[in-house]
Amino acid sequence: MTVTQILFVVLSLMAVLSGLFTIFSKNPVFSALWLIVAFFAIAGHYILLNAQFLAVVHIIVYAGAIMVLFLYVVFMINLNKETEPNKPAWVRIAAVISGGMMMLTLVAALKGASLVPQNKSAEALNIGLASNLGKVLFNDFLVPFELSSVLLLAAMVGAVMLGKRQIH
Amino acid sequence: MNSLQVIPIDWYIILSAVLFGMGVLGVLFRRNALIILMCVELMLNAVNLLLAAFSTYLGDAKGQVFVFFIMAVAAAEVAVGLAILVTIYRNTRTTDIDFLNKLKG
Repeated sequence: MTVTQILFVVLSLMAVLSGLFTIFSKNPVFSALWLIVAFFAIAGHYILLNAQFLAVVHIIVYAGAIMVLFLYVVFMINLNKETEPNKPAWVRIAAVISGGMMMLTLVAALKGASLVPQNKSAEALNIGLASNLGKVLFNDFLVPFELSSVLLLAAMVGAVMLGKRQIH
Repeated sequence: MNSLQVIPIDWYIILSAVLFGMGVLGVLFRRNALIILMCVELMLNAVNLLLAAFSTYLGDAKGQVFVFFIMAVAAAEVAVGLAILVTIYRNTRTTDIDFLNKLKG
């Protein structure tokens, strides 16, 4: 195995194991912290894929913004006194079977995915850099980009409105 | 040596499918709404990873731009979702989704 393959396997094991810890941790704080580990492993995958700008944005958005939001909510709502009761056994077995079958179906559906022969020119390896992505984003995807700003504004207004204490 | 030559695309497909399946498992398995939102994030990340992998293997930057849009939607989703969660907690003092069965027929 080459170094790149070893890196892939290590990062994959890190992502999968920390994802499993996220699901099965009793304490929501530990779930959030393990999810941060999973996000960092996925950022490592992006670097492995020559998508450097994507990796940086991923860390800033997920580990920086979304997980801070999660941790604040965990701290705000006091979950210590109540121990979360588990679902009944048959629901949990059904959940494991459904999740496993979902995974198998996805693998089976995508297994034969054949890509057109990739062009390994020097230009093709630089697509993950900020200048190249910026050109694509502002030339081909200008309207979706502007619309996503409207979406973020609407989400912000909605979150503030929902979080406001209602006065009757 | 770059990663395209030594890592087959199938590895990324399997990894993404495993991560997505774990997200589905978590949504079905847990009762805490907070953990369920985290598992939704895990599923979105699996999709993002596969999009980035296909984008790099095809040498086309459009896949990575799609990942940015998915990140924007995920940020909006988690902000609104957590606001709803806090409102639910304020009214019911619990985040157990099995408690929220008022819409059940």
